[in-house]
Amino acid sequence: MSAIILPGADGSLYQRDMAWHPPAHTPGYKSTTFRAPRHSMLSLGPTKSELSGPTFGHETLGALDNDLIRNFSQDGTEAIGQRLVVYGQVLDENARAVPNTLVEFWQANAGGRYRHKKEGYLAALDPNFGGFGRAITDENGFYSFRTVKPGAYPWPNGGNDWRPAHIHFSVFGHAFAQRLITQMYFEGDPMIWQCPIVGTVPDKAGIEQLIARLDRHNTTPMDALAYRFDIVLRGRRSTMFENRLEGN
Amino acid sequence: MLHPTPILKETPSQTAGPYVHIGMTPNFAELRGVYDDPGATMLSEDTKGERIAIVGRVIDGAGAPVADAVIEIWQADAQGSFAGPAARHSNSAPSFTGWGRQAADGDGVFSFQTIKPGAVEGPDGRPQAPHVSLWIVARGINIGLQTRLYFADEAAANEGDYVLNKIMDKRRRQTLIARREEGPVPRYVLDIHLQGEKETVFFDF
Ligand SMILES: [Fe+3]
Repeated sequence: MSAIILPGADGSLYQRDMAWHPPAHTPGYKSTTFRAPRHSMLSLGPTKSELSGPTFGHETLGALDNDLIRNFSQDGTEAIGQRLVVYGQVLDENARAVPNTLVEFWQANAGGRYRHKKEGYLAALDPNFGGFGRAITDENGFYSFRTVKPGAYPWPNGGNDWRPAHIHFSVFGHAFAQRLITQMYFEGDPMIWQCPIVGTVPDKAGIEQLIARLDRHNTTPMDALAYRFDIVLRGRRSTMFENRLEGN
Repeated sequence: MLHPTPILKETPSQTAGPYVHIGMTPNFAELRGVYDDPGATMLSEDTKGERIAIVGRVIDGAGAPVADAVIEIWQADAQGSFAGPAARHSNSAPSFTGWGRQAADGDGVFSFQTIKPGAVEGPDGRPQAPHVSLWIVARGINIGLQTRLYFADEAAANEGDYVLNKIMDKRRRQTLIARREEGPVPRYVLDIHLQGEKETVFFDF
Protein backbone atom coordinates (compact mmCIF):
# COMPACT_ATOMS: atom_id res chain seq x y z
CA MET A 1 0.00 0.00 0.00
CA SER A 2 1.24 3.48 -0.72
CA ALA A 3 0.21 6.80 -2.12
CA ILE A 4 0.09 9.01 -5.09
CA ILE A 5 1.11 12.48 -4.07
CA LEU A 6 0.12 15.36 -6.23
CA PRO A 7 1.34 18.90 -5.83
CA GLY A 8 -0.82 21.80 -4.74
CA ALA A 9 -3.35 23.62 -6.84
CA ASP A 10 -2.78 22.05 -10.25
CA GLY A 11 -3.36 18.52 -9.03
CA SER A 12 -6.36 19.54 -7.04
CA LEU A 13 -9.88 18.09 -7.15
CA TYR A 14 -13.05 19.63 -8.43
CA GLN A 15 -15.02 21.03 -5.55
CA ARG A 16 -17.68 18.64 -4.35
CA ASP A 17 -21.19 19.60 -5.50
CA MET A 18 -22.78 19.33 -2.06
CA ALA A 19 -26.26 19.99 -3.53
CA TRP A 20 -25.92 16.71 -5.45
CA HIS A 21 -25.30 14.77 -2.22
CA PRO A 22 -27.82 14.35 0.59
CA PRO A 23 -27.81 17.19 3.11
CA ALA A 24 -26.67 16.24 6.62
CA HIS A 25 -30.12 16.53 8.19
CA THR A 26 -32.88 14.69 6.33
CA PRO A 27 -35.98 14.45 8.57
CA GLY A 28 -37.43 11.51 6.61
CA TYR A 29 -34.41 9.48 7.68
CA LYS A 30 -34.72 9.85 11.43
CA SER A 31 -31.24 8.65 12.38
CA THR A 32 -29.87 11.93 11.06
CA THR A 33 -31.70 13.92 13.76
CA PHE A 34 -28.94 13.73 16.37
CA ARG A 35 -26.12 12.79 14.03
CA ALA A 36 -26.22 15.60 11.48
CA PRO A 37 -23.76 18.41 12.17
CA ARG A 38 -25.67 21.69 12.44
CA HIS A 39 -22.81 23.91 11.34
CA SER A 40 -22.07 24.06 7.63
CA MET A 41 -18.96 22.22 6.55
CA LEU A 42 -15.99 24.51 6.17
CA SER A 43 -15.18 24.55 2.45
CA LEU A 44 -11.44 24.55 1.79
CA GLY A 45 -9.49 23.26 -1.15
CA PRO A 46 -7.69 20.01 -0.43
CA THR A 47 -4.08 20.21 0.76
CA LYS A 48 -1.40 17.58 0.23
CA SER A 49 -2.92 15.68 3.13
CA GLU A 50 -6.23 15.20 1.29
CA LEU A 51 -4.78 14.86 -2.24
CA SER A 52 -2.78 11.83 -1.21
CA GLY A 53 -4.36 8.61 -0.06
CA PRO A 54 -3.78 4.92 0.57
CA THR A 55 -3.68 2.45 -2.32
CA PHE A 56 -3.82 -1.31 -2.22
CA GLY A 57 -2.06 -3.96 -4.29
CA HIS A 58 -3.93 -6.72 -6.13
CA GLU A 59 -1.78 -9.27 -4.31
CA THR A 60 -3.43 -8.34 -1.01
CA LEU A 61 -6.66 -10.00 -2.20
CA GLY A 62 -7.54 -13.62 -1.59
CA ALA A 63 -9.01 -15.73 -4.39
CA LEU A 64 -12.53 -15.65 -2.91
CA ASP A 65 -12.59 -12.06 -1.68
CA ASN A 66 -14.93 -11.08 -4.54
CA ASP A 67 -17.06 -14.22 -4.40
CA LEU A 68 -19.80 -13.78 -1.80
CA ILE A 69 -21.41 -17.01 -2.98
CA ARG A 70 -18.45 -18.96 -1.59
CA ASN A 71 -16.26 -16.76 0.62
CA PHE A 72 -18.09 -17.52 3.87
CA SER A 73 -19.07 -21.10 3.09
CA GLN A 74 -18.79 -23.28 6.18
CA ASP A 75 -18.97 -26.66 4.47
CA GLY A 76 -18.41 -26.01 0.78
CA THR A 77 -22.09 -25.28 0.17
CA GLU A 78 -22.83 -22.18 -1.86
CA ALA A 79 -25.00 -19.31 -0.60
CA ILE A 80 -28.75 -19.48 -1.15
CA GLY A 81 -30.40 -16.98 -3.46
CA GLN A 82 -30.57 -15.64 -6.97
CA ARG A 83 -27.05 -15.73 -8.34
CA LEU A 84 -25.62 -12.46 -9.64
CA VAL A 85 -22.49 -10.98 -11.10
CA VAL A 86 -22.24 -7.32 -10.14
CA TYR A 87 -19.64 -5.34 -12.04
CA GLY A 88 -18.87 -1.85 -13.17
CA GLN A 89 -16.30 0.79 -13.83
CA VAL A 90 -14.92 3.29 -11.36
CA LEU A 91 -14.45 6.61 -13.15
CA ASP A 92 -13.73 10.15 -12.17
CA GLU A 93 -15.69 13.25 -13.12
CA ASN A 94 -13.50 13.60 -16.22
CA ALA A 95 -14.75 10.13 -17.30
CA ARG A 96 -11.28 8.70 -16.83
CA ALA A 97 -10.97 5.21 -15.41
CA VAL A 98 -9.73 4.88 -11.82
CA PRO A 99 -7.49 1.79 -11.83
CA ASN A 100 -6.09 -0.11 -8.86
CA THR A 101 -8.49 1.18 -6.28
CA LEU A 102 -10.11 -0.82 -3.50
CA VAL A 103 -13.88 -1.36 -3.67
CA GLU A 104 -15.61 -2.97 -0.68
CA PHE A 105 -19.23 -4.14 -0.53
CA TRP A 106 -21.64 -5.59 2.02
CA GLN A 107 -25.27 -6.64 1.95
CA ALA A 108 -28.12 -8.61 3.47
CA ASN A 109 -28.72 -12.22 2.41
CA ALA A 110 -31.44 -13.35 0.00
CA GLY A 111 -34.03 -13.10 2.77
CA GLY A 112 -33.06 -9.54 3.71
CA ARG A 113 -31.13 -10.51 6.86
CA TYR A 114 -27.67 -9.20 7.78
CA ARG A 115 -25.20 -11.36 9.63
CA HIS A 116 -24.86 -8.94 12.54
CA LYS A 117 -25.45 -9.48 16.24
CA LYS A 118 -27.66 -6.40 16.51
CA GLU A 119 -29.83 -7.45 13.56
CA GLY A 120 -33.22 -8.63 14.77
CA TYR A 121 -35.16 -9.25 11.56
CA LEU A 122 -36.88 -12.63 11.66
CA ALA A 123 -35.78 -13.70 8.17
CA ALA A 124 -33.47 -16.71 8.38
CA LEU A 125 -29.68 -16.55 8.34
CA ASP A 126 -27.92 -18.52 5.62
CA PRO A 127 -25.06 -20.37 7.35
CA ASN A 128 -22.97 -20.11 4.18
CA PHE A 129 -23.40 -16.40 3.51
CA GLY A 130 -21.34 -13.69 5.23
CA GLY A 131 -22.44 -10.80 3.07
CA PHE A 132 -19.18 -8.93 2.46
CA GLY A 133 -16.29 -8.86 0.02
CA ARG A 134 -13.88 -6.65 -1.86
CA ALA A 135 -12.18 -6.16 -5.19
CA ILE A 136 -9.51 -3.93 -6.69
CA THR A 137 -10.22 -2.25 -10.01
CA ASP A 138 -8.19 -3.38 -13.02
CA GLU A 139 -6.15 -1.13 -15.32
CA ASN A 140 -9.39 0.06 -16.94
CA GLY A 141 -11.15 0.77 -13.66
CA PHE A 142 -13.39 -2.34 -13.67
CA TYR A 143 -14.35 -4.37 -10.61
CA SER A 144 -16.62 -7.39 -10.38
CA PHE A 145 -17.95 -9.82 -7.82
CA ARG A 146 -20.33 -12.74 -7.50
CA THR A 147 -23.12 -12.65 -4.97
CA VAL A 148 -26.78 -13.44 -4.42
CA LYS A 149 -29.48 -10.85 -4.77
CA PRO A 150 -30.18 -9.28 -1.36
CA GLY A 151 -33.73 -9.26 -0.08
CA ALA A 152 -35.69 -6.15 0.87
CA TYR A 153 -35.99 -5.69 4.63
CA PRO A 154 -38.07 -3.68 7.11
CA TRP A 155 -36.39 -1.21 9.45
CA PRO A 156 -37.49 0.92 12.38
CA ASN A 157 -37.83 4.43 10.99
CA GLY A 158 -41.48 5.18 10.31
CA GLY A 159 -43.99 2.56 11.31
CA ASN A 160 -43.50 0.28 8.33
CA ASP A 161 -40.50 1.37 6.27
CA TRP A 162 -38.76 -1.12 3.99
CA ARG A 163 -35.38 -0.85 2.35
CA PRO A 164 -35.31 -1.80 -1.33
CA ALA A 165 -32.82 -4.52 -2.24
CA HIS A 166 -29.42 -2.83 -2.11
CA ILE A 167 -25.68 -3.37 -1.79
CA HIS A 168 -23.47 -1.01 0.21
CA PHE A 169 -20.25 0.18 -1.48
CA SER A 170 -17.09 1.80 -0.14
CA VAL A 171 -14.60 3.22 -2.66
CA PHE A 172 -11.20 4.83 -2.10
CA GLY A 173 -9.96 6.50 -5.26
CA HIS A 174 -6.41 7.82 -5.04
CA ALA A 175 -6.95 10.82 -2.78
CA PHE A 176 -8.35 10.72 0.75
CA ALA A 177 -10.78 13.49 -0.27
CA GLN A 178 -12.26 11.15 -2.94
CA ARG A 179 -13.38 8.67 -0.27
CA LEU A 180 -16.99 7.66 -0.90
CA ILE A 181 -19.63 5.37 0.57
CA THR A 182 -22.86 4.76 -1.30
CA GLN A 183 -25.54 2.16 -2.01
CA MET A 184 -26.52 0.35 -5.20
CA TYR A 185 -30.12 -0.48 -6.13
CA PHE A 186 -31.62 -2.76 -8.79
CA GLU A 187 -33.24 -1.58 -12.01
CA GLY A 188 -37.00 -1.84 -12.06
CA ASP A 189 -37.48 -2.16 -8.29
CA PRO A 190 -40.60 -0.16 -7.27
CA MET A 191 -39.35 -0.12 -3.66
CA ILE A 192 -36.61 2.36 -4.60
CA TRP A 193 -39.02 5.26 -4.87
CA GLN A 194 -40.61 4.87 -1.43
CA CYS A 195 -37.40 4.56 0.59
CA PRO A 196 -36.54 7.41 3.01
CA ILE A 197 -32.79 6.73 2.65
CA VAL A 198 -32.94 6.81 -1.15
CA GLY A 199 -35.02 9.96 -0.71
CA THR A 200 -32.16 11.76 1.04
CA VAL A 201 -30.61 12.26 -2.43
CA PRO A 202 -32.12 15.54 -3.62
CA ASP A 203 -32.15 15.05 -7.39
CA LYS A 204 -33.97 12.27 -9.29
CA ALA A 205 -31.05 12.08 -11.71
CA GLY A 206 -28.77 11.51 -8.71
CA ILE A 207 -30.95 8.62 -7.55
CA GLU A 208 -30.84 7.12 -11.03
CA GLN A 209 -27.04 7.10 -10.76
CA LEU A 210 -27.47 4.65 -7.87
CA ILE A 211 -29.50 2.13 -9.88
CA ALA A 212 -27.60 -0.76 -11.43
CA ARG A 213 -28.77 -1.86 -14.90
CA LEU A 214 -29.60 -5.44 -15.77
CA ASP A 215 -27.01 -6.48 -18.35
CA ARG A 216 -28.23 -9.43 -20.39
CA HIS A 217 -25.03 -9.56 -22.44
CA ASN A 218 -22.94 -10.38 -19.41
CA THR A 219 -25.11 -13.04 -17.85
CA THR A 220 -23.26 -16.23 -17.08
CA PRO A 221 -25.39 -18.73 -19.06
CA MET A 222 -27.26 -21.22 -16.89
CA ASP A 223 -25.70 -19.60 -13.81
CA ALA A 224 -25.98 -15.90 -12.94
CA LEU A 225 -27.63 -12.66 -14.04
CA ALA A 226 -25.41 -9.59 -14.42
CA TYR A 227 -25.95 -6.05 -13.14
CA ARG A 228 -23.71 -3.14 -14.05
CA PHE A 229 -23.02 -0.37 -11.54
CA ASP A 230 -20.55 2.37 -12.49
CA ILE A 231 -19.23 4.65 -9.76
CA VAL A 232 -17.99 8.20 -10.30
CA LEU A 233 -15.45 9.75 -7.93
CA ARG A 234 -14.33 13.36 -7.74
CA GLY A 235 -12.08 14.33 -10.63
CA ARG A 236 -8.75 16.07 -10.68
CA ARG A 237 -8.53 19.51 -12.16
CA SER A 238 -5.29 18.83 -14.02
CA THR A 239 -4.14 16.37 -16.64
CA MET A 240 -0.50 17.26 -16.29
CA PHE A 241 0.57 14.08 -14.53
CA GLU A 242 -1.44 11.66 -16.63
CA ASN A 243 1.56 9.96 -18.18
CA ARG A 244 3.70 10.00 -15.11
CA LEU A 245 1.38 8.66 -12.47
CA GLU A 246 -1.11 5.91 -12.93
CA GLY A 247 -4.59 6.80 -11.91
CA ASN A 248 -4.19 10.55 -11.95
CA MET B 1 -3.59 27.02 -17.47
CA LEU B 2 -6.94 25.72 -18.68
CA HIS B 3 -8.57 22.87 -16.85
CA PRO B 4 -11.02 20.35 -18.23
CA THR B 5 -14.51 20.79 -16.82
CA PRO B 6 -16.23 17.82 -15.19
CA ILE B 7 -18.40 15.85 -17.58
CA LEU B 8 -19.82 13.32 -15.13
CA LYS B 9 -21.49 13.89 -11.78
CA GLU B 10 -19.96 12.30 -8.71
CA THR B 11 -22.00 9.32 -7.50
CA PRO B 12 -24.19 10.59 -4.64
CA SER B 13 -23.18 9.51 -1.16
CA GLN B 14 -25.47 7.29 0.90
CA THR B 15 -25.24 6.46 4.58
CA ALA B 16 -22.99 3.56 5.55
CA GLY B 17 -25.96 2.27 7.58
CA PRO B 18 -26.01 0.40 10.89
CA TYR B 19 -24.11 -2.64 9.60
CA VAL B 20 -21.04 -0.92 8.20
CA HIS B 21 -18.86 -3.02 10.52
CA ILE B 22 -19.76 -6.11 8.45
CA GLY B 23 -18.29 -4.63 5.31
CA MET B 24 -15.38 -2.60 6.65
CA THR B 25 -14.24 -4.34 9.85
CA PRO B 26 -15.64 -7.87 9.45
CA ASN B 27 -13.47 -9.44 12.16
CA PHE B 28 -14.58 -6.78 14.63
CA ALA B 29 -18.13 -7.81 13.63
CA GLU B 30 -17.12 -11.42 14.46
CA LEU B 31 -17.10 -12.49 10.80
CA ARG B 32 -13.77 -14.26 10.77
CA GLY B 33 -11.79 -16.33 8.33
CA VAL B 34 -12.32 -14.38 5.11
CA TYR B 35 -9.69 -11.62 5.39
CA ASP B 36 -8.08 -9.43 8.02
CA ASP B 37 -9.67 -6.09 8.82
CA PRO B 38 -8.05 -3.57 6.47
CA GLY B 39 -6.12 -0.81 8.21
CA ALA B 40 -6.03 -2.59 11.57
CA THR B 41 -2.23 -2.25 11.75
CA MET B 42 -0.35 0.84 10.65
CA LEU B 43 3.06 0.19 12.19
CA SER B 44 5.90 -2.25 11.66
CA GLU B 45 9.12 -2.78 13.64
CA ASP B 46 10.91 -0.53 11.16
CA THR B 47 8.57 2.42 11.50
CA LYS B 48 10.48 5.52 12.54
CA GLY B 49 8.93 8.07 14.86
CA GLU B 50 7.35 8.50 18.25
CA ARG B 51 4.82 5.77 19.04
CA ILE B 52 1.50 7.25 20.11
CA ALA B 53 -2.09 6.19 20.53
CA ILE B 54 -4.96 8.24 19.21
CA VAL B 55 -8.12 7.61 21.18
CA GLY B 56 -11.53 9.21 21.33
CA ARG B 57 -15.26 8.78 21.30
CA VAL B 58 -17.83 9.59 18.69
CA ILE B 59 -20.82 11.24 20.39
CA ASP B 60 -24.15 12.37 18.93
CA GLY B 61 -26.16 15.50 19.64
CA ALA B 62 -28.02 13.82 22.50
CA GLY B 63 -24.73 12.85 24.17
CA ALA B 64 -25.13 9.19 23.21
CA PRO B 65 -22.20 7.14 21.89
CA VAL B 66 -22.19 6.40 18.15
CA ALA B 67 -21.54 2.68 18.44
CA ASP B 68 -21.90 1.88 14.75
CA ALA B 69 -19.23 4.30 13.49
CA VAL B 70 -16.15 3.49 11.46
CA ILE B 71 -13.24 5.91 11.71
CA GLU B 72 -10.41 6.09 9.18
CA ILE B 73 -7.23 8.11 9.55
CA TRP B 74 -4.62 9.15 7.00
CA GLN B 75 -1.39 10.83 7.95
CA ALA B 76 2.20 11.57 7.00
CA ASP B 77 5.14 9.72 8.50
CA ALA B 78 7.47 11.26 11.07
CA GLN B 79 9.35 13.09 8.30
CA GLY B 80 6.17 14.62 6.90
CA SER B 81 6.01 12.30 3.86
CA PHE B 82 3.11 10.14 2.83
CA ALA B 83 3.61 6.44 2.10
CA GLY B 84 5.74 6.38 -1.03
CA PRO B 85 4.89 5.25 -4.55
CA ALA B 86 7.76 2.75 -4.58
CA ALA B 87 5.67 0.27 -2.66
CA ARG B 88 2.56 0.83 -4.73
CA HIS B 89 2.25 -2.66 -6.20
CA SER B 90 4.66 -4.29 -3.87
CA ASN B 91 3.80 -7.13 -1.58
CA SER B 92 6.05 -5.77 1.13
CA ALA B 93 4.13 -3.23 3.13
CA PRO B 94 5.93 0.05 3.60
CA SER B 95 7.29 0.41 7.09
CA PHE B 96 4.45 2.79 7.83
CA THR B 97 1.14 2.63 5.98
CA GLY B 98 -0.19 6.07 6.98
CA TRP B 99 -3.73 4.71 6.84
CA GLY B 100 -5.76 3.16 9.62
CA ARG B 101 -9.33 2.05 10.08
CA GLN B 102 -11.06 1.22 13.36
CA ALA B 103 -14.60 0.46 14.41
CA ALA B 104 -16.17 2.35 17.28
CA ASP B 105 -17.10 -0.01 20.12
CA GLY B 106 -20.33 -0.09 22.12
CA ASP B 107 -19.29 3.10 23.93
CA GLY B 108 -18.41 4.90 20.69
CA VAL B 109 -14.71 4.58 21.56
CA PHE B 110 -12.00 4.16 18.92
CA SER B 111 -8.25 3.74 19.23
CA PHE B 112 -5.32 3.80 16.77
CA GLN B 113 -1.73 2.78 17.37
CA THR B 114 0.40 5.04 15.20
CA ILE B 115 3.25 7.54 15.21
CA LYS B 116 3.25 11.27 15.56
CA PRO B 117 3.35 12.74 12.03
CA GLY B 118 5.81 15.34 10.82
CA ALA B 119 4.78 18.61 9.22
CA VAL B 120 3.41 18.63 5.66
CA GLU B 121 3.66 21.60 3.34
CA GLY B 122 0.51 23.71 3.13
CA PRO B 123 -1.07 25.44 0.14
CA ASP B 124 0.65 28.69 1.17
CA GLY B 125 4.06 27.00 0.91
CA ARG B 126 4.53 27.04 4.67
CA PRO B 127 4.48 23.89 6.81
CA GLN B 128 1.11 22.89 8.20
CA ALA B 129 1.07 21.94 11.85
CA PRO B 130 1.39 18.17 12.38
CA HIS B 131 -2.06 16.68 11.96
CA VAL B 132 -3.99 13.53 11.18
CA SER B 133 -6.90 13.46 8.71
CA LEU B 134 -10.05 11.73 9.96
CA TRP B 135 -13.08 10.40 8.10
CA ILE B 136 -16.15 9.20 9.98
CA VAL B 137 -19.13 7.20 8.72
CA ALA B 138 -22.10 5.64 10.54
CA ARG B 139 -25.84 5.17 10.39
CA GLY B 140 -27.43 8.61 10.24
CA ILE B 141 -24.41 10.21 8.55
CA ASN B 142 -25.39 10.88 4.94
CA ILE B 143 -21.91 11.74 3.70
CA GLY B 144 -18.59 10.78 5.30
CA LEU B 145 -17.41 13.51 7.68
CA GLN B 146 -13.92 14.86 7.12
CA THR B 147 -12.06 16.44 9.98
CA ARG B 148 -8.56 16.69 11.44
CA LEU B 149 -6.75 15.98 14.67
CA TYR B 150 -4.05 18.38 15.86
CA PHE B 151 -1.72 17.97 18.83
CA ALA B 152 -2.01 20.10 21.98
CA ASP B 153 1.77 20.06 22.52
CA GLU B 154 2.32 21.76 19.11
CA ALA B 155 0.81 25.07 20.21
CA ALA B 156 3.19 27.27 18.20
CA ALA B 157 2.71 25.28 14.99
CA ASN B 158 -1.06 25.17 15.54
CA GLU B 159 -1.07 28.94 15.89
CA GLY B 160 0.29 29.31 12.33
CA ASP B 161 -1.59 26.44 10.72
CA TYR B 162 -3.24 27.17 7.37
CA VAL B 163 -6.36 25.09 8.01
CA LEU B 164 -6.89 25.99 11.68
CA ASN B 165 -6.65 29.66 10.77
CA LYS B 166 -9.50 29.25 8.28
CA ILE B 167 -11.82 28.53 11.23
CA MET B 168 -13.11 32.01 11.98
CA ASP B 169 -14.56 31.23 15.42
CA LYS B 170 -11.33 30.61 17.35
CA ARG B 171 -13.15 28.68 20.08
CA ARG B 172 -14.16 26.06 17.54
CA ARG B 173 -10.50 25.40 16.64
CA GLN B 174 -10.27 23.68 20.02
CA THR B 175 -12.60 20.94 18.77
CA LEU B 176 -9.70 19.62 16.65
CA ILE B 177 -6.90 19.72 19.22
CA ALA B 178 -6.18 16.47 21.05
CA ARG B 179 -4.87 16.62 24.59
CA ARG B 180 -1.79 14.59 25.45
CA GLU B 181 -1.82 12.02 28.26
CA GLU B 182 1.54 10.60 29.30
CA GLY B 183 2.09 6.87 29.64
CA PRO B 184 4.33 4.07 28.31
CA VAL B 185 2.83 5.06 24.95
CA PRO B 186 1.57 8.66 25.06
CA ARG B 187 -2.10 9.02 24.19
CA TYR B 188 -3.72 11.85 22.32
CA VAL B 189 -7.38 12.11 23.21
CA LEU B 190 -10.00 13.75 21.03
CA ASP B 191 -13.75 13.26 21.11
CA ILE B 192 -15.77 13.77 17.94
CA HIS B 193 -19.06 15.57 18.59
CA LEU B 194 -21.40 15.22 15.64
CA GLN B 195 -23.69 17.93 16.94
CA GLY B 196 -24.30 20.20 19.93
CA GLU B 197 -22.35 22.82 21.83
CA LYS B 198 -19.01 21.10 21.25
CA GLU B 199 -19.73 20.18 17.63
CA THR B 200 -16.51 19.24 15.84
CA VAL B 201 -15.48 21.34 12.85
CA PHE B 202 -16.02 19.28 9.68
CA PHE B 203 -14.49 20.17 6.33
CA ASP B 204 -15.48 20.02 2.70
CA PHE B 205 -11.93 19.59 1.42
FE1 LIG C 1 -28.43 -2.03 4.22
